[in-house]
Amino acid sequence: MNDRHLSSQFDEDLNSLCSKLLQMGGMVESQIEVAMRGFSESNIDLCEQVIEREKSVNSLEVEIDSACAEIIARRQPTARDLRLVMAISKAITNLERAGDEAERVAKRSKRIIEQAPNYKINAAEIKLSGQMAIDLLRQSLDCFARLDAVAAAQVVQDDKQIDEEFRGFVRKLITYMAEDPKMISTGLDLLFIAKAIERVGDHAKNIAEFVIYIVKGADVRHVPHDDLVREATK
Amino acid sequence: MTTTMKPMFHSDINQGNAESEQGANVSSNTQAVNAIEIKNLNFFYGSFQGLKNINLNILERKVTAFIGPSGCGKSTLLRTLNRMYDLYPGQRAEGEISFYNENILEPGNDVNLLRSRIGMVFQKPTPFPMSIYENIAFGVRLYERLSKAEMDERVEWALNKAALWNESKDKLNQSGLSLSGGQQQRLCIARGVAVKPSVLLLDEPTSALDPISTAKIEELINELKKDYTIAIVTHNMQQAARVSDFTAYMYLGELIEYGKTDQIFIKPAKKETEDYITGRFG
Repeated sequence: MNDRHLSSQFDEDLNSLCSKLLQMGGMVESQIEVAMRGFSESNIDLCEQVIEREKSVNSLEVEIDSACAEIIARRQPTARDLRLVMAISKAITNLERAGDEAERVAKRSKRIIEQAPNYKINAAEIKLSGQMAIDLLRQSLDCFARLDAVAAAQVVQDDKQIDEEFRGFVRKLITYMAEDPKMISTGLDLLFIAKAIERVGDHAKNIAEFVIYIVKGADVRHVPHDDLVREATK
Repeated sequence: MTTTMKPMFHSDINQGNAESEQGANVSSNTQAVNAIEIKNLNFFYGSFQGLKNINLNILERKVTAFIGPSGCGKSTLLRTLNRMYDLYPGQRAEGEISFYNENILEPGNDVNLLRSRIGMVFQKPTPFPMSIYENIAFGVRLYERLSKAEMDERVEWALNKAALWNESKDKLNQSGLSLSGGQQQRLCIARGVAVKPSVLLLDEPTSALDPISTAKIEELINELKKDYTIAIVTHNMQQAARVSDFTAYMYLGELIEYGKTDQIFIKPAKKETEDYITGRFG
């Protein structure tokens, strides 16, 4: 926001809210990254680190939500200020859930490492989609920081690739499990990890949709992609 | 602005074709009727132009709020709607204000009759220095000849409409000035509705009142719009957001934006409107 309010305190309150959202975003991004490394490197310490840090993500969500309520109570924001506060309140819910997914990846990875360290299932798709999800979340936060609706529309589009990877992995996993029932337990753990990553992509997509709402004032949730792009670019 | 501004609906904004909708009655789907149609209205205080080519329609039985910084012309516009400016020499209006298809700016019009059909309540409560009963009966007698019983009934009706009956029924013979500020303002509203106008103009009706009295007046506005068309000027943007169906933003004598209140406060189409309602440097 280049232009300033007559009340500089209002500017500071909104800027601080945006900074906290980005701080929370960075924290969640790092949680997912560490969880994925824990999975890829079979590193139990990294998994435990993620589980431990989950609490601070949760407390940041509570803190930001209370700051949103305070701004609404004290400032009665309107127009794009109102859209910004509404979007932040919703975006942090998505971030918190993405944080939960990171914890889920960490817990399932830990179980695999402890119970079946030498599993024979090729999990290349998980590693690939994990990286894609981290990139997507980072891009959605960049869009938020720059209030870039066009880039946000691209994030929504890119999420489809993660969904595609997930479906591909599920098909493969079914084959593995059908061939060797002993793999079912590990297979299910891998399925939960893959699903968690796919959900992270969805949360990044939701955040990108909120960016379009802030900038363009159009609610693009549940609208066809062509309409979303039209709203974001006009 | 050269074209008539009508309340723009969200879809109009989205399609960016609000201008092309001008010819149609945008509210045809809600069966709304224009109580007042303002066309190419210019207003002059001597040589100073207070209103510049205003075009807008006020819908029947809706609350239309006028917002804008001091001196933007919103009170001036309200005062043209019942020719209140006629009282002051050197002030004149050009253009057309069509009140149910009758141009009220025509010189031959009976302004007293006009003001009985388009009533006005001012910023400061202005009760007459007479009893509560007489405050209301006085105006009614100018236009109608009623029996004592009919007049009693009308006074009670008007005080009820203004949500003042319960507080004043036991002291109708006391001076209107003995009431509190909020009650006095409701008395003025009762006086306004007593002559059964079709439009009520409210010029910052709560700016001199405390929050509780303000809330009562706002609740009253909500009740009154079932029967009356209401135009309200307010400096309090939250009040405009709370009570109105349509909002017009004015600046330096021009109508900048006019639309549904939800749209104006969530997604204004013009940057000037957004700067004003979000409290930014414009």
